[in-house]
Amino acid sequence: MNGGESMSQPLLQVDDLHVQIASRRGIVRAVDGVSLEVPAGEAVGLVGESGSGKSMTLRAILGVLPPEARVTAGRVLLDGVDLAQLDNRRLNQIRGPKIAMIFQEPMSALNPVMRVGSQIAEGPQVHMGMNRRQSAERALELMRRVGIPDPERRFSSFPHEFSGGMRQRVMIAIALSCEPSLILCDEPTTALDVTIQDQILRLLVRLCRESGTSLVFVTHDLPVVAQVCHQLAVMYAGRIVEHGSVEGVLTQPCHPYTLGLVRSAPDVDHPRSSLVAIPGAPPSLVSPPAGCRFHPRCKFAEEDCTVSDPPLRLLDAGHATACLHYERCLDELRTEGADR
Amino acid sequence: MSVISLPAGAGSPESSPQAAAAERAQPRRHRWYRQPALMAGLVIIGLILLAVIAAPLLTSYNPDTQNLNATLAGISSHHLLGTDQLGRDTFSRLLYGGRVDLRIAFIAVLFPFVLGTILGSVAGYFGGWIDLIIMRLVDIVVAFPFFVLIIALVFVLGPGERSIYIAITLVGWVSYARIIRGEILVAKRQEYVLAAQSGGLSNLRIMARHLLPNVITQAIIYAMSDIVQDILAIVTLSYLGLGIQPPTPDWGTMISNGQDFLTTHWQLSTIPGLAVVVTGLGLSLIGDGLADLLRPGQ
Repeated sequence: MNGGESMSQPLLQVDDLHVQIASRRGIVRAVDGVSLEVPAGEAVGLVGESGSGKSMTLRAILGVLPPEARVTAGRVLLDGVDLAQLDNRRLNQIRGPKIAMIFQEPMSALNPVMRVGSQIAEGPQVHMGMNRRQSAERALELMRRVGIPDPERRFSSFPHEFSGGMRQRVMIAIALSCEPSLILCDEPTTALDVTIQDQILRLLVRLCRESGTSLVFVTHDLPVVAQVCHQLAVMYAGRIVEHGSVEGVLTQPCHPYTLGLVRSAPDVDHPRSSLVAIPGAPPSLVSPPAGCRFHPRCKFAEEDCTVSDPPLRLLDAGHATACLHYERCLDELRTEGADR
Repeated sequence: MSVISLPAGAGSPESSPQAAAAERAQPRRHRWYRQPALMAGLVIIGLILLAVIAAPLLTSYNPDTQNLNATLAGISSHHLLGTDQLGRDTFSRLLYGGRVDLRIAFIAVLFPFVLGTILGSVAGYFGGWIDLIIMRLVDIVVAFPFFVLIIALVFVLGPGERSIYIAITLVGWVSYARIIRGEILVAKRQEYVLAAQSGGLSNLRIMARHLLPNVITQAIIYAMSDIVQDILAIVTLSYLGLGIQPPTPDWGTMISNGQDFLTTHWQLSTIPGLAVVVTGLGLSLIGDGLADLLRPGQ
């Protein structure tokens, strides 16, 4: 949904992706027509509440969906190859050397009974044809790059001997180990202390910039997005409701849901008397509400919002929204700004 | 209006390596030598293994040499446990018989361990129709009592060591398959498996290098109690004449042969019987001790 900006072939192009999960209550449309473009060397943020389909989108890109979920429609183009059509064996040649993933919980994402060094060295062994010694060398070099002190000694430690931040550094080292062109991050800093969080983000951004790696960054933490990403897509109930540059979306949110997210995030420069929560709960993805999926929680909702699901419309320079009455968000922001 | 801004994150030092080192140096609460059950079991089995391995040093009699001039001799300094109806030294036969039984038992436990672990991993990891087929096979085997099936199989295959291995493998793998499958079903939902898949590792590699080391403990613990069952099976088969064939000494055959003289020469049956009991006890104690030691969450 990048219409305005003219850019060369994006690295990753997700096109009308649908993921459905079979559950006891019925078919859950976890991802319902998501389109996304990740240009080479850029970081794209994907934000939304829990259950909005962010993680499922990532897992669908990589083809590691849970057994009960499947991609029902759409394409995932990486360098022109549709990953959704590849079998597991071909995908295994993509995962690692082309796309890597970083997970939220570094503790559970590391194998508890494998030495940290071996876990970092495994990718280069499998994908880059390195022997034991070469891959161990590579692991040590990576550990140095991600700032793990005393890598020679830490090489043979187990994950439980590391702190949370160090574990996430290990995860980053694993992700970088096969020099991928794209790293998918699934809330990589949510489980960390705020101070560590900042260190890890800076590290990640620096390393990706150095190697020209693109990022897809899933989070519900807007300040993190502001720090890391160039572009931002806001997901709600399995769809992208707003998309644009980080600057544009965060300063001029054109969807009431984005507005709600922005207002529920604390702001140090202009502390509000109270943070504003979005009323209500996310809709059921088994039977989503008719029309705009956000209308039951939206204070700007009108008659026409309940009729048909609004598509993303391009506003200006790459900023798109799925809200029919987006001017009201801007109005509200303007009056609020005047009050202050 | 500036909506989002971040405090300049001043990094606090992450947990120092020193702290981690101190944590490691701290003595583990469950040291293996502090487990009374494990220690007792190790001592018992150690002594028995020592005795059967050092058999040539402990007795000068060949276990198969008959001496028809000294049949059914009582306990004496020449024959520590007397002789049987063919004049063979009972003590010597006890030691050499132990060699045979223990060797077969320790080898026999490996085949079902390996087979069951492989099939259980495959069933648990892939699920679907593979799981269905393997688990129906398990159900079929489990439907029969262990000893009945073993005896029937050996009966069909013909007596002998090879038949014992085959029968125990065919019947014994199901327990390992069930244990490993259950553990894999839990473990494969862990995020590190997802992470390994996302790293482009093959299913075989994920199973062998990532999942198996996490789940194999339970199978090893079970293997200890399985050896006991295997020894009992071997002795039972020999007792019934289906196992180790004479003249090779073995506890089961000894018990069976001594039965005829139970009222006059009780030691001929009772001593090998006791040997079976003590060996079983020792291995069970090791199994219990290991379980306590290795079970997570202790």
